[in-house]
Amino acid sequence: MIDRRDFLKGCLACGVTAASIGVVGKNALAAGSFEGYPDAMGVLVDLTRCVGCRSCEAACNNEQKLPDPDLPFDDQSVFKEERRTTAKAYTVVNKYEVADKDTLFRKMQCNHCNEPACLTSCFVNAYTKTKEGAVIYNSKVCVGCRNCMIACPFNIPAYSYSSPTNPLIKKCIFCYETRLKNGRPPACVEICPQQVMTFGHRSDLIEMGHERIKNDPSKYVSKIYGEKEVGGTSWMYLSSVDFDKIGLDNHMQNEPIISNVKDFLGMVPMVLSIWPALFTGIHLLATKNKGEHGDHDHKEGDQQ
Amino acid sequence: MHAVKRQLVMALMGALVLLVSNVCFGTSIPDKITINSIQKYYDGVSFNHAAHINNLKDCGLCHHHTTGAQVSDPNCIRCHKNSGAQAVVSCKGCHAAEPFTPEALKRQKDQFPPIYHMDKVGLKGSYHLGCLGCHKKMGGPTGCQDCHKRNVSGDVIFHSNIYAPKTTAEPKQSHH
Repeated sequence: MIDRRDFLKGCLACGVTAASIGVVGKNALAAGSFEGYPDAMGVLVDLTRCVGCRSCEAACNNEQKLPDPDLPFDDQSVFKEERRTTAKAYTVVNKYEVADKDTLFRKMQCNHCNEPACLTSCFVNAYTKTKEGAVIYNSKVCVGCRNCMIACPFNIPAYSYSSPTNPLIKKCIFCYETRLKNGRPPACVEICPQQVMTFGHRSDLIEMGHERIKNDPSKYVSKIYGEKEVGGTSWMYLSSVDFDKIGLDNHMQNEPIISNVKDFLGMVPMVLSIWPALFTGIHLLATKNKGEHGDHDHKEGDQQ
Repeated sequence: MHAVKRQLVMALMGALVLLVSNVCFGTSIPDKITINSIQKYYDGVSFNHAAHINNLKDCGLCHHHTTGAQVSDPNCIRCHKNSGAQAVVSCKGCHAAEPFTPEALKRQKDQFPPIYHMDKVGLKGSYHLGCLGCHKKMGGPTGCQDCHKRNVSGDVIFHSNIYAPKTTAEPKQSHH
């Protein structure tokens, strides 16, 4: 039988253990924030150079063997509306009319986050962040749940709605299989006539971007979009206007999306391991005396 | 007599050469340059060098400091104020045709001194940024095919002309 003193001692021991696990857990999580692989590649997109020729879209379609487009890639009428990436187009260029500035074009594709929210959200582990920097996915294990579409802060993953039997997620993979793996730049980067995109080591590109801003502060807004956003992305942008005006959320958190749920998820194992023991103890203690009393009552009843 | 005549002819020719090339002082300045670095998708361009020289009169606008022209960029002046004409002046002599290969990236990073020229665009980028940038300012042609006509394999990847997607009435019907 547990007396009151033993129970309190037990509770104290449990509390100390729980607190220490909590502290250790918290430290481990803080140390685990990931700033990207050291030799990861990236692309610096200088939007001041883009002329909206859509060559990148054509090259992407060709490289990834995507279905035929609805309109030719030299058709400028697509700029009438803002487009997003689809299962048929892993990259799209949009046109933005910005007051008292020239027309700006903005290419969009997967930004290949350092700590991708799509990867975090995927319960079948279809996503991988490769050491080269690409966020790729295994379509063989994808079950088409579309969690990653909700998780992505940039609205990138698209869905093959047109496939009736096996709809899957589709998105830019940094030309990983055909190019990046072998040290070559993606197809869009290679075809771009204006060298809007500079391919290189991510750390060098950040330096290069800051240098461009420093050398021509009147040309650029003083920020590399993607250097810090959601924990940093492999694809980063320079612009002559505020990023909000060209369809990029300028108020995105600097912490990776996973940090929004990391603390909560870190508590789950603690709750699962301690609570059952704690409540079983309380239950036993609470029912022990009751059981004895009950039995006693029963016996008395039987005797009567 | 013959010798005198020959000398006269030579002098005349010399004067002529000096007159023609009175803008830039180079040894051999081509009048036409064939640019075919993207001939995979576009026909080559026969670039009228002479006409551009006559229009611009300033070699430095395209050739930076390499022809010995006065540079105006404050950043370039620091080293190239009096660096004189260089042995290599052609675009492709400095701007790499393939700027993003692992070797090219390493070369760019390892160059000495490791300060300027770090952000040097590739050959295709240098042509387009230079040519198109200036054409926009000066009112020159700016359409892709104003300078180089797209060839058949270009039409294929652009899904254009005879390779254009078959237009169906489907998108129009979807609005109803």
